[in-house]
Amino acid sequence: MIFFEKVGRYFVFLRLLVTNRESFKTYYYLVLEECVSIGLGSLFLVILVSTFIGAVSTVQTAYNLVSPLIPRYVIAQVVREMTVLELAPTIMALIYAGKVGSSMAGGLGTMRITEQIDAVEVMGINSVSYLVLPKIIASIIVYPLLVIIAAFCSLFGGYLIGAATGIITPPEYIYGLRFIFNDFSITFALIKSVAFAFLISSISSYKGFYTKGGALEVGIATTQGVTNSVIAILIADYLLAQLLLA
Amino acid sequence: MIKIKDIAKSFDGKMVLEGISGEFEKGKCNLIIGSSGTGKSVLLNMRNFTDADHDMKAEIRREIGMLFQGGALFDSKTVEKNVMFPLDILTKMKPEEKRERVAFCLKRVGLENAGKKMPSEISGGMKKRVGIARAIVNNPAYLFCDEPNSGLDPQTSILIDELIQDITYEFNTTTLVVTHDMNSVMGMGDNIMYLYKGHKLWEGGKEEITHSGVKELDDFVFANKVMSKMRGK
Repeated sequence: MIFFEKVGRYFVFLRLLVTNRESFKTYYYLVLEECVSIGLGSLFLVILVSTFIGAVSTVQTAYNLVSPLIPRYVIAQVVREMTVLELAPTIMALIYAGKVGSSMAGGLGTMRITEQIDAVEVMGINSVSYLVLPKIIASIIVYPLLVIIAAFCSLFGGYLIGAATGIITPPEYIYGLRFIFNDFSITFALIKSVAFAFLISSISSYKGFYTKGGALEVGIATTQGVTNSVIAILIADYLLAQLLLA
Repeated sequence: MIKIKDIAKSFDGKMVLEGISGEFEKGKCNLIIGSSGTGKSVLLNMRNFTDADHDMKAEIRREIGMLFQGGALFDSKTVEKNVMFPLDILTKMKPEEKRERVAFCLKRVGLENAGKKMPSEISGGMKKRVGIARAIVNNPAYLFCDEPNSGLDPQTSILIDELIQDITYEFNTTTLVVTHDMNSVMGMGDNIMYLYKGHKLWEGGKEEITHSGVKELDDFVFANKVMSKMRGK
């Protein structure tokens, strides 16, 4: 029963995002600020993690493909499919939830316990819309871009490690990347990234926004925001795969 | 002026306020006093005007300036941006006009040189003063203050009280102050409402509070040692 109550409250929260909004100009600047904060703040981590994931995927795929009957370019093909379909959108989403989601939940939770949200509300401003909507819009804009960068870095990481260790030559790697390429994979990854961005930003913000108590509760809300986001990502990942690929 | 009639509030079936009626006069400091847990802040937080429809609520709220217990300044904004916030959201003033208004309000609270500082770089008393500047920047008709001098030293508390009092008279606002500090009561209490266990027990001015004849109020007023000595004399 409590579960359904919480889900219902989450949907009420989502409805508040779009009721009694402020002017477009207000959101424009807030969204830009959030985009810069989220995008630039996450860029280094995304590049670092995705490059290493690509490199490790290449090494591990090569390690498993021991048959002389399988051409070496298949390594690049496998890395490409893993990266575009799962590693870039989904693994990055888990990292994004840990970094950006926790920051959103913690920030809003702190604003709640220090009465900053009350200060917004007392001015007659819809605090949910003013504080949360820009975060969600910015996430939906920025996260797909981060996924594209992550995919590129991951494939580049595989290329570098393949060339450096001699596992696969650069021409073989490039050939493998292009071999039987279905461009719907990119569309699918971008659809997933938009869905994940929405889930992470809205769930984390929801948890932070309704924090009650003190510093301890902010910590709990932050943890719950990340945990619930991760669960939602995994469920959404399965549902989208079933819906769009099956 | 604010008139309230038969205000009641309960949490989880437990009544915390019952049958509160009264008038808070314009251009005066109206104090709501009482021990901790008597419902003072709950009464102040009923500023949300839950009976009004949403648009009406928004209109009323835009007439209110609120000073919060902890200042409630936005951590990510400078002092200047904090004070400018209501103008950015609620008005269509030009940037130059906004800057002038913010400079005026900061000067009024004695913080003309602190505009570029972040909230984390200023003291508790300064945060309260910035809170006051933010509350009055939009020329509100009503100024609500929730324990304005909690956590401050006695000298700074007096300064904050005097500032609230001066602003009330200068801008002719209807000011409501929730406090349990007897220094504030005796310093700025034009109209005082005493709450006890969710009920209004007494109402009057600071001149009458020491001889109200209400036992609970006497216990509250003379709990302070200085006041207790005064009573002895």
